[in-house]
Amino acid sequence: MIALTLMETRLMIREKAALLIVILLPAALLVGFGLSSDGTVDPKLGQTMAGFIAAIGLGIALAVIGFTIVPATLATYRERGMLRRLAVTPARPHWLLVAQLVVNTALALVATAVLLILGRVGFGVPLPVSPGWFALAFVLTLAALFAIGLLIAAVARTGKTGQGIGMAVFFPSMFFAGVYVPVEFLPRPLQVAGDFTPLGAGLHALRDSWTGETPTLLHLLVLSAWAVVAGTLAARFFRWE
Amino acid sequence: MAIIEVTDLTKKYGGRPVVDGVSFHVDEGEIFGILGPNGAGKTTTVECVEGLRRPDAGHVRVLGADPHGPGAAELRQGIGVQLQRAELPDHITVREALGLYASFYRGPADPDELVTRWGLAEKRDSRYSTLSGGQKQRLFIALALVGNPRVAFLDELTTGLDPQARRATWRLVKDVRDAGVTVVLVSHFMDEVEELCDRVAILERGRITALDTPSGLIERAGGAQRLRFRPLAPLDDSLISGLPGVTGVSRTGGQVEVTGNGDFASEVTTALARNHILVSDLRLERAGLDEAYVTLTGSTLDTEDAK
Repeated sequence: MIALTLMETRLMIREKAALLIVILLPAALLVGFGLSSDGTVDPKLGQTMAGFIAAIGLGIALAVIGFTIVPATLATYRERGMLRRLAVTPARPHWLLVAQLVVNTALALVATAVLLILGRVGFGVPLPVSPGWFALAFVLTLAALFAIGLLIAAVARTGKTGQGIGMAVFFPSMFFAGVYVPVEFLPRPLQVAGDFTPLGAGLHALRDSWTGETPTLLHLLVLSAWAVVAGTLAARFFRWE
Repeated sequence: MAIIEVTDLTKKYGGRPVVDGVSFHVDEGEIFGILGPNGAGKTTTVECVEGLRRPDAGHVRVLGADPHGPGAAELRQGIGVQLQRAELPDHITVREALGLYASFYRGPADPDELVTRWGLAEKRDSRYSTLSGGQKQRLFIALALVGNPRVAFLDELTTGLDPQARRATWRLVKDVRDAGVTVVLVSHFMDEVEELCDRVAILERGRITALDTPSGLIERAGGAQRLRFRPLAPLDDSLISGLPGVTGVSRTGGQVEVTGNGDFASEVTTALARNHILVSDLRLERAGLDEAYVTLTGSTLDTEDAK
């Protein structure tokens, strides 16, 4: 189990694309927007541009992990017969799932740490003002996105399909979460719709706790519901071969 | 002693039996072959034995345990499997894959020793995606053996190997058997089965149609042997046709073909010598397993493959 997790870690580091998108892309966005803004608090966003972009970057990182890396990797492993191969050893196939989730959680933590430190040091973005709520929002968001990733892996026959479905979920999610246009600038109905998407609710909760507000119960419930429902469906439909 | 016992094994897909009442046992220390055309149920049979599939009916015991019963975890310590279709992550190296799989077992083999034995020493630090088909195949065989299994299942062992690598692989599989490992070999190659197996089950449409040693199967199929030669002096057929064991004499051009069984060949050559008839191009042909297969099943593997 530990050996599998270490191996998955090594393989992820070798798969440089994942690291680039999850860690470097959000960091680059933060640097780009941070340098081009004047550091004043935007009245409509309720935070500085850099603070907003740091949160958006975190949303992108988590969405890439949950919607694309997890489903594509697991569907590929199944397609290649690796889960079956493990089934005839003393190791169990679900260890590989657990190892994947552990490695991806670690990746999400690294991405978060990079954004927090870079934002704080480079652009004066305060560290999360309510660390407890921030941690809870982080855990719930990750759980909801992992559950959806597992569900995609459960229904996708091949790695390519997994990646395709992941992308089809990824881009609309980004829109509703306010990554392209901040939610504050979206029409009211779209804002409401966004509140009920996993990434939308997640980003709300992360931004609230980051700036010192208590996340709304609605967003926390939405995240929990996604985690439970998608997680249950994934467990129900997951095929090992 | 039987290390694997299979009784009335049945497995259905969509109501259609793919394996239909198969029974056999495998003795400790033998190489047991399962031969048959594609779609005959070979792989499904071994997958039921390995515990990958749950039989719809029948009993399977491997190392004294039910692959789906309470002893299954212990059983998996004692078996090694090369699956017909299984791959590894692109970026894992040969040495890493063997090390990872070795970590699953209580008493694993030395991965470095396996790397050398299976001719992967130069590739030990190469990534899986850069290996040739033959190298991948050898890696999978090594992975099946890395747990020091008592029983190794090898499914389509030499698919993707060139003729030279096949022969080398056969030698290594014999070494594995000589080291005391029982081997279950799934194959649709006659020569491989004839070369390696102590006993063979022929599987057709989910049923075992014959089970014997390769020479037993050949014998059972008639065991006919043919003696061909060109007499250098006029030869009267009656001189030969009455000899013990001779079943037929025919001529094509200048060539005489004598079929028979038992020790007929030496009878024929003795008779020729006694009558001072010199011959050239003397050849004794023994029917191989592929001829026996055709006789026993009424079909060839090739035509079945084409379906």
